Amino acid sequence: MAVRVQREDFDLAAELKALTAGDHRIGGLASFVGLVRDMADLGAGAAAPVTAMTLEHYPGMTEKMLVRIEDEACRRWHLSASLIIHRYGRLEAGDQIVLVACAAPHRGDALDACHFLIDWLKTEAPFWKLEETPDGDGHWVDARDSDTAATAKWR
Amino acid sequence: MKLIYFAWVRDKIGHAEETLAPPANVATVGDLVAWLATVSPGHAAALADMSVVRCAVNQEYVGLSHPLATGDEVAFFPPVTGG
Repeated sequence: MAVRVQREDFDLAAELKALTAGDHRIGGLASFVGLVRDMADLGAGAAAPVTAMTLEHYPGMTEKMLVRIEDEACRRWHLSASLIIHRYGRLEAGDQIVLVACAAPHRGDALDACHFLIDWLKTEAPFWKLEETPDGDGHWVDARDSDTAATAKWR
Repeated sequence: MKLIYFAWVRDKIGHAEETLAPPANVATVGDLVAWLATVSPGHAAALADMSVVRCAVNQEYVGLSHPLATGDEVAFFPPVTGG
């Protein structure tokens, strides 16, 4: 079980390989990777181009909340290993933002825990996104009701 | 009391953190919000609609009725948008 909040990118293949290395009780590994999209959803079907975003976090509280979220996943499902990596700082379209990975003896636990972690993280972990448009303007992304609803289904 | 602000709450207030000594009648987060609104127009603007501002005391989410103690670290920020 591990949580990392970092500025630098991560090597997806290496992280997933390391997570299951040496544990042959693991039968399934589920992962989710969040990427910087090049379009911002403005609601009502409208969209605006995005060139980059800056992710801000609350050092200390962010790590604490991620550890708590991961502990909750371990209470609910039978996991052999889990990993959350979340980046901060300025990221460009196409860059990796977040990795959530769960390994378990059986796929159901791995898949459900992975889904739970990303849904929960989006509404509970203190990160904020500032999107940049091509003309250099920045605007803070609003929290979405759909994310709150996604978390609510796990309560 | 150490106050920390993030995202557009910080932008409106104009700085990321400050140390303030609220008056003795500030007993809860709600009291603090009301008092901060008198500190500057930026504070008032940032905290005008508490339905879009979340608060953490000592790095735990709390509501407006949460009691405050000397030495608390109090953070105000918008609903989170990570992931």
